[in-house]
Amino acid sequence: MAYRTSFVMMTTAQFVVTGLDFATIGIMFTHTNSLGGYTLPEVAFLYSASGVSLGLADLLCGNVERLGQRVRDGSLDVMLIRPVPTLVQMAADQFALRRLGRITQAGGVLVWSMTRLHVHWTVDRIVLVPVMLIAGTAIFCAIFVLGAAFQFVSGDASEVMNAFTYGGNFLTQYPPTIFARDLVRTMTLIIPLGFVNWMPALHILGKADPVGLPSVFQFLSPIVAAVLAAAGALAWRVGIRSYRSTGS
Amino acid sequence: MAVYAAVYWRSFRRYSTYRAATYAGIFTNTIFGFIMAYTYIALWHARPHLGGYNQTQAVTYVFLGQALLLTCAIFGGGFSEEFAERLRKGDIAIDLYRPVNLQGWWLASDLGRAGFHFLGRGIAPLLIGALVFQLQLTTDPLVWLGFIASVFLGVVVSFGLRYLVALSGFWLMDSRGVEQLAGLVAMFMSGMVLPLTVFPTWLGDVARVLPWSAMLQVPVDVLLGKRSALSALRFEAIWAVIVLVLGQALTAVATRRVVVQGG
Repeated sequence: MAYRTSFVMMTTAQFVVTGLDFATIGIMFTHTNSLGGYTLPEVAFLYSASGVSLGLADLLCGNVERLGQRVRDGSLDVMLIRPVPTLVQMAADQFALRRLGRITQAGGVLVWSMTRLHVHWTVDRIVLVPVMLIAGTAIFCAIFVLGAAFQFVSGDASEVMNAFTYGGNFLTQYPPTIFARDLVRTMTLIIPLGFVNWMPALHILGKADPVGLPSVFQFLSPIVAAVLAAAGALAWRVGIRSYRSTGS
Repeated sequence: MAVYAAVYWRSFRRYSTYRAATYAGIFTNTIFGFIMAYTYIALWHARPHLGGYNQTQAVTYVFLGQALLLTCAIFGGGFSEEFAERLRKGDIAIDLYRPVNLQGWWLASDLGRAGFHFLGRGIAPLLIGALVFQLQLTTDPLVWLGFIASVFLGVVVSFGLRYLVALSGFWLMDSRGVEQLAGLVAMFMSGMVLPLTVFPTWLGDVARVLPWSAMLQVPVDVLLGKRSALSALRFEAIWAVIVLVLGQALTAVATRRVVVQGG
């Protein structure tokens, strides 16, 4: 907080950077009424569900992606000897309030889209919204941790993670109907990004699944999130066990 | 001149050293290219010939965008991270002590970076994109020559703008906030998020005469045959001169603020 002007500008930038994606969608919809069979409020719903999930995940554990840097400068060793779980220290270190920018912006769009959607709000649909957001946050958190664990193997390749986190966010902002079916299948069954918002949103918005997966998949997000989180925890454990400091 | 060439070459070599980072970057650019390509296909499916492009040209635009995103450092970065670091730590005093032009030194360094990013990171996503999607890539060597020249001037304009932003560090000490905001403006106004011809008319018209369009919209239009290389290069050259002259003038003002703690 030492550089006040810079802090204000960085928070604004975070606010605007997610807004930029939405401005793109907005401009697209000045030329058409539907993208892949989805209207603007429906795309906005997908966009904001993904944005809130990523924003919360980034706030909670986005910092773990700095692992490669910590290995290089040796500060990981300092954390290892403290009596607090390393993962918690990594996540809490440099807790950046400016990351609230993304959450506020996406949250605003979420509220807006829900007032504009033509959806019959039954109980199951209402309950599924917070479930979707929590599961989505957990999935992105797990991806952050998996990516960090991967850096025990290759420290320079942290940018690969961006393809899954920010790329995954970018992917799931748009309706699954516009992508090639094999891509949607891969992104749901192999890399479970589709469970962040696509699958639950199909039920909430009452849309047909473009790849025809069983409808039970639309309720599976929490289970997928739990499995992925377990995988992340395991990978982290293996990584930290195999870590050999160079010492000094 | 020899010193600038040396700086250029060292910078090129420096970026080419990190192989894993390069492969990771190619992977990321390709993934983003694919996602954007599908969104453009959906949009151009709904509105064929939107913004004067057909669907093939729109997808080509996407992959050229991924090729130039880092080359022209559209989102910022490049030399300015190191520049800001030297400013915070005070190493900038050493740079000022050198018998070379400060802006020229960093321009040479940034051109080296851009050269590597174009060859090492730009071409691969474009080729992978061409394997999966139908792209419109001309076989006319003259058009490619015009495109390369246009990209070169685009990098110079981009450097000039980022240099002006980086100089704000002399007053703010921490220029990260300004840099992020400047990066966002550039993403939007260069045509990176959507071609400027697709913008609402008034905004698109304004954006097309501003310097940011030199980073992406102008070079892409040269390659797609939408704009003559001569008109494009003239436009970019004018902006390159303006930003570099401004940079020179602001450097003079900024360096007067430097207080070196001797000892």
